[in-house]
Amino acid sequence: MKAPLSWILDYVDLQGLSLEEIGQTLTMIGLEVEEITLVGLEKPQAERLQNKYSGLPWPKDKFVVAEVLEVRQHPNADKLTLCQLNDGTAEIIVLTGAPNLYPYVGKGRLEKPIKVAYVREGAQLYDGHQPGQVLTKLKKATIRGIDSSSMIASEKELGISEEHEGVIFLDDDAPVGMPLADYMGDAVFEVAILPNMARDASVLGIARELSAALGRPLRMPEGLEIRIGGEIEQKVGLQIREPELNPRFMLGLVEQVKAVPSPYWVRRRLALAGMRPIDALVDATNYTMLETGEPLHAFDYDLLCKRAGGKPTIITRRAEDGETLTTLDGANYKLTTETELVSDTKGPLSLAGVMGGEESGISHRTNSVLLEAASWNFINIRKTTSRYRITSEASYRFSRDVHPALAELALSLCLRRMQDWAEGSALEDVIDHYPLKREDTQNTLTESDMERLLGLRIPIEEAKSILERLGFTCELQDGVLSAVTPSNRTDIESGFVGKSNLIEEISRIYGYDRIPTTRLSGELPPQLGDRRVGFEETVRDTLVSIGLQDTLAYRLTSVQREARILPGAPAENGLEYVRIANPISPERTVMRRSGLATMFELIERNDRNVDGLSFFEIGPVFFPVEGQQLPDEPHRLTIGLWGKKRETGWSAEKPGEYGFFDLKGILEALFQGLHHESIVFDPSREIPTFHPGKSARLMAGEIEIGVMGEVHPLVRQNYDFMENPVLAAELYLDQMMALVDKGFKVNSISSFPAMVEDIALIVDDDIPARRVEELIWRAGGKLLKNVALFDLFRGEKIGAGKKSLAYQLTYQAFDRTLSVADAAAIRKKIVKTLAYEIGAVLRDS
Amino acid sequence: MIELETQLQNEQQVALENLQQLESPEALDAWKQTYLGKASLVMTTYGKMGTFSKEERPIIGRAVNAIKLALEAALSEKEVLVKRDALLKTMESERLDVTLPGFPVKRGRMHPVNLSLREIYRIFGDMGFQVYNSPEVETDDMNFTYLNIPPYHPARDMWDTFYTEKEGVVLRTHTSPGQIHAMREYFPNPVRVILPGACMRYEQQDQSHEIEFMQFELLVVDKGITFANLKGTMDDFTKRMFGAGAYTRLRPSHFPFTEPSAELDMSCIFCGGQGCGVCHGTGWIELGGCGMVHPYVLQNGGYDPEIYSGFAAGVGIDRTTLLRYQIDDIRYLRNNDIRFLEQF
Ligand SMILES: [Zn+2]
Repeated sequence: MKAPLSWILDYVDLQGLSLEEIGQTLTMIGLEVEEITLVGLEKPQAERLQNKYSGLPWPKDKFVVAEVLEVRQHPNADKLTLCQLNDGTAEIIVLTGAPNLYPYVGKGRLEKPIKVAYVREGAQLYDGHQPGQVLTKLKKATIRGIDSSSMIASEKELGISEEHEGVIFLDDDAPVGMPLADYMGDAVFEVAILPNMARDASVLGIARELSAALGRPLRMPEGLEIRIGGEIEQKVGLQIREPELNPRFMLGLVEQVKAVPSPYWVRRRLALAGMRPIDALVDATNYTMLETGEPLHAFDYDLLCKRAGGKPTIITRRAEDGETLTTLDGANYKLTTETELVSDTKGPLSLAGVMGGEESGISHRTNSVLLEAASWNFINIRKTTSRYRITSEASYRFSRDVHPALAELALSLCLRRMQDWAEGSALEDVIDHYPLKREDTQNTLTESDMERLLGLRIPIEEAKSILERLGFTCELQDGVLSAVTPSNRTDIESGFVGKSNLIEEISRIYGYDRIPTTRLSGELPPQLGDRRVGFEETVRDTLVSIGLQDTLAYRLTSVQREARILPGAPAENGLEYVRIANPISPERTVMRRSGLATMFELIERNDRNVDGLSFFEIGPVFFPVEGQQLPDEPHRLTIGLWGKKRETGWSAEKPGEYGFFDLKGILEALFQGLHHESIVFDPSREIPTFHPGKSARLMAGEIEIGVMGEVHPLVRQNYDFMENPVLAAELYLDQMMALVDKGFKVNSISSFPAMVEDIALIVDDDIPARRVEELIWRAGGKLLKNVALFDLFRGEKIGAGKKSLAYQLTYQAFDRTLSVADAAAIRKKIVKTLAYEIGAVLRDS
Repeated sequence: MIELETQLQNEQQVALENLQQLESPEALDAWKQTYLGKASLVMTTYGKMGTFSKEERPIIGRAVNAIKLALEAALSEKEVLVKRDALLKTMESERLDVTLPGFPVKRGRMHPVNLSLREIYRIFGDMGFQVYNSPEVETDDMNFTYLNIPPYHPARDMWDTFYTEKEGVVLRTHTSPGQIHAMREYFPNPVRVILPGACMRYEQQDQSHEIEFMQFELLVVDKGITFANLKGTMDDFTKRMFGAGAYTRLRPSHFPFTEPSAELDMSCIFCGGQGCGVCHGTGWIELGGCGMVHPYVLQNGGYDPEIYSGFAAGVGIDRTTLLRYQIDDIRYLRNNDIRFLEQF
């Protein structure tokens, strides 16, 4: 909501307050001032300004009110005129190209001089010929042989509006020679209106808030004295079919109007508030809406009579299915029974509370205006605006619930303005049907109520005074304050909610900054905790400690993006997804199911900028479940490796490239960190994303806890990866967490020396290393403390189809130093067992 | 006899003088050969001992012993010096260019948002808050209706929502549905939780807008919880997160699920509240929204609003992260560009 200061001042005295203070007052009572635009006034001088300022001040020596006495043709240019102008000190010739001065050429000395805004040399102002607001300095120039150093300004040049079709014609009573800033210098407060403060989407509303905050009286504007019923009932009829949708409807009539321009001060205020001035009739309705917050609609009365063939009857009702209406913006709507209409006996006239119809609206030919001030069900209005995707100043307000009482105030004000500005004659008689009366709520409040919620005992008298300044009708008896909500707001409920509503009103005007600042005390809740948080932090710390980079993933993706992890990248992967009904782009239509798809995109995006990547990501995936409203959201740990294991540097020892066993090593380190080392890497040929010979399922007994491997060459083709293999793992964190439920035990350390020896065994190539190691452990007995593979060899020396596995074995006892004979015995047992079980042969060293 | 003694004394003097001049281990060896070797005067004197008279023997013996000991002592002293000099010379040749870069070591890093989140956990953990997680895909009821935002309510405009194809299911637009979940689980006990997590909003992405972002919410419910407590808690948080120099103000606002409601503003940490480009000259930076839990919301959580009260606050973790590290584009956070992540 844009509220010009000059307009606010109509209703509340702000003497002695700077723009800064007014802006901060509004902000600190909940009407956040997003910007103060200077339109003539100076920026306040203060060390610290907390408002954001923009706009153009008009220095008093450069911008003054002047009068044009005569307009002559420029001798060398068709479209330019020379104006004889009096700026209060002297008569000067000023050159202009303003089309609205051109008609006065050749009229000689004007009988009624034209009042204008005159700008002197050296002034800063906006360039009228450039789009937007570009500052320029007014310099001396010679245009077609005539010197020109000053100018007559347009609204655009002064920062009032975008209008640059002609110069401003001020009202006739503008005092010549007066600094323009004194005459009409202004500042516009751009106020953010909260959803529960619809009443403040109006200048009067903002003034009321200021009046409450500052304790200064509110001056209500005066409209036409109106009477219900009487003469007007002979001229128009009214029927409300559904009070639920249309609780109140009022009609007034203004005859013999002229579509003349409004006074300049009205047009200027409208422009500053962001509305285009049209003519006195349209301006009067818009002005009254901006003033009161109640949107009005004007019908051409004679057109209605013509449609009715006599006395028209206004009917508010639901549309019939298939009825159509062309609104005044030219759009054509096919209506349904959900839509509330204003119609006459012949058909629809307007979309109630949203937009008028093209046919029945006022125009420059209008002679008599039938003025509608009504109240509409805000939910129905919201449905209409969202169904037809149509919004207007009217629907913006009606969809936030306008109090029906405002109809009466707005009607009387608007009737008076049409009379004053459009030279019309308004009937004092009006029609008022108010079938569904809005009951104003009533609440009670005590000091202890306030203390309970705020931690501060605001004196009840002060609370009463605040509420009264906001328009509540209050009574205080035995410390109990009872407050009736004023008929301009709809946000105060009753009962225990109403109490909270009142406490909010009192505290925001009283000042949040006056409420004390205290720490929490009192009983702590039962410790439920969330084990997953701690578990995931451990996983994250472990991976970071071994050099991996933590990342953050988007949840939204598309099926196509996820299908890229399959060979051939099919268009569909046959999986059920949480699908978005209103996706923002084709790239983000579903919630992801795969951490791998996210990871591959990450590597694809990054592998051009570095030599190597080692990423991980912890986050949810989303699985729809049959018969369940919400999807499951299991958490995944995804790891991705690519390229060099570290930066190359200048060391002679060059880093290797990530391979399968690096990934496996990382996973083993992770499980070590989680103290769950009995995870089995099951060779698997059926994980479509991975190379069939270089992948595994991670098994904890019967439970699969993840997959890992090198990316399948056919999947690689779907991505724009740089050379080198991509390794990835996706682990199911929830299953993992279930495994590491128990703690772990620390082993004692023997004080006797350990004995270390190497052993190389030749076995058939197809025997998995895991099997060999398991047998060593089994045969080694409890003196065997460690088994570490340090070499794998295949070659002619040991024969085809064979491999040699070299292990370093560590033996140690707790009660003695082991002898060579002890070691020999263990070794013998190991060799014998492996020979028997898998035909292993000891390799000669 | 006298002659031999004099000879020996001369030998000692010459030997010691010579020794002074020597610098290398090789020269020391040669010296040792000359003065203590088999052919040296000292050693040959020992060999001739039998030729001396009974009276001469002890005198010569003492003299030659003294000289031998003196020469040996001088030698070993000299050896230490020569060895040290030799070592110093070797070390000189081993000198490194210490300005060469070190060999690279791979360092893992946490994502900045997770760094912030951990700091937030720590701060609120100290104040006795427990972490409570709830789903990211939510029912319309949880995300809106139970939070006092019925269908078609004007306040729904405050959230640009992603709807799913399943009727009544949305991507949560805030962490607030966790309030209802938490209250229902803790009832009738007091509640003091922090609800972290990802939220999704239908917004055009730009420098300061994301469709997905992390938020945390606080919820405290008990008898006697006040707005003053809310102010104290948020001020403590801000000072610990952004430094003791930061201060806060609460500014009236509106959220359907709190009453009274407030915006939490923090003094601009870039200009100390004096006004700069970041804070648009106002000296304030918006951190989040907060307020006293709305009576309807307490009711929906199971608590009687006439007995219990509570406060709630929601703060963007992404935004907090941007402020902490002076990052000027929110999209950096989820693009995961390694050149960005490496800076942490
Ligand atoms: Zn600043």
